[in-house]
Amino acid sequence: MSATAKLAWRGVSKRFDGPPVLDGLDLEAMAGRSLVIIGGSGQGKSVTLKLALGLMRPDAGSIQLDGEDIERLPDRARRRLFSRFGVLFQGGALFDSLTVWENVAFRLLNADGVRRKAARDQAVEALGRVRLDPSVADLFPGELSGGMQKRVGLARAVVAAPEILFFDEPTTGLDPITAAAINALIVEQVKRLGCTAVSITHDLASARTIGDEIVLLHAGRAVWRGSPIELDSTKDPRVRQFVDGLPNGPLTGP
Amino acid sequence: MSAVEVIRRGPNPLRLLGRLALGALRQVGAVALFAARGLAAVFSPPWFPAQLGRQLLSIGYFSLPVVGLTAAFTGAALALNIYTGGGRLNAEQAMPQIVALGITRELGPVLAALMLAGRVSAAIAAELGAMRATEQIDAMRTLSTDPFRYLVAPRLIAGVLVVPLLAAVADTIGVAGGWLVATRVLDFNPTVYIRNTTSFLQAWDIGSGLVKAAVFGFIVALMGCYHGYNARGGARGVGRATTHAVVSASVLVFAADYLLTSLFAHT
Repeated sequence: MSATAKLAWRGVSKRFDGPPVLDGLDLEAMAGRSLVIIGGSGQGKSVTLKLALGLMRPDAGSIQLDGEDIERLPDRARRRLFSRFGVLFQGGALFDSLTVWENVAFRLLNADGVRRKAARDQAVEALGRVRLDPSVADLFPGELSGGMQKRVGLARAVVAAPEILFFDEPTTGLDPITAAAINALIVEQVKRLGCTAVSITHDLASARTIGDEIVLLHAGRAVWRGSPIELDSTKDPRVRQFVDGLPNGPLTGP
Repeated sequence: MSAVEVIRRGPNPLRLLGRLALGALRQVGAVALFAARGLAAVFSPPWFPAQLGRQLLSIGYFSLPVVGLTAAFTGAALALNIYTGGGRLNAEQAMPQIVALGITRELGPVLAALMLAGRVSAAIAAELGAMRATEQIDAMRTLSTDPFRYLVAPRLIAGVLVVPLLAAVADTIGVAGGWLVATRVLDFNPTVYIRNTTSFLQAWDIGSGLVKAAVFGFIVALMGCYHGYNARGGARGVGRATTHAVVSASVLVFAADYLLTSLFAHT
């Protein structure tokens, strides 16, 4: 197990209208480990992810990848960083106008200059890894169920063997059986690639399955960090309120 | 509370005016920056020819019926109106020339652009707005593909290339509409009508209309892209973006039409 931080948020603050969403967030995702960020709605989970993905810029603080501040990189270099990332979006974010294989091979075709035949072969192979039959390759996303769309999104995220995988609420909207299947696929793919993973979720079952470390985000800060086992054994009242789903407690005030 | 205090605390018209002016300036600045980014994407690689082909079809080919029908009816109605007006000055015989000039310099490009503002600007705004709402644009960025190059640039290029072609079609069909009414309803000689039209028209009459159409094509595509790309707030936001795209494209087409007509007035 490596002890170096692959990705780090250092004193990151972000505000829209109203109080800050992130307020000096300090957080690290260790190389080769799976970090899961949990927390209530509006506590800054999505913003934390979007900042790491370069889809937003912080008001203060820095996001560091392998110790390098990505905010200081010129735009072109920042764009190149994306080739090291794979992302599974909450709703899949598949392109409606493209077939399943074109979705999976989107980066290969449009950024890496891979020829269509080779890209299609790689896409079909990636679909197989997420237990999808090659026959779905020529369907459009609208013809797939929610669970299948998530699998296609996962295939798209892993097809180019990224260094860091991001999962945005990977099991939201899925039934428990499909959610368990997606969790198992995530664990399998992260292990196969040996990459770092950062996930945000409300789903504690998912967090326990896919996470090596879990962080509770509250009021724009990381207020607790531990393993999935510690999540259930800790006496920290904030974690207890979140895990036990209590309406009153330190997270919601008196 | 004194009257002075009521005035001080009440809505200040100057402040309101200032806020409106600042809002308008902010909007103009945002559109200008978006256009500059779009143009930079047009002129720098990578380009996506398949996307361009798709947009050429969507914006151009599928708009032919609506542009053709509108031009035909407008040409026919214009012929009738000019014949009526010309009759008051005993100048009915000038009708073919005026119809041709009106269609090629003004109505052909403006009608084509307005039809596209309704059909294409709205479609672009709805498509990009839905892509924004479902995180497809964010996903594209994380897949190392610049949405300005993949989504915006092909639409801008297609708009500039296709609207002049549609305007040329509108010119032809509009003049034909006028010819049909003139020869079937107003007893004009078909051959004389065509001869009068072709001998009167100058190349720049058609050329200036096509230049206008290229500018209008850019405006129509730009407004669709701008409002769709910046859509916020789910389905409601997409609906709002679509409305704003159509309204702003139509108004800007008229404004650009006046500016370009002033520029070309003595040519």
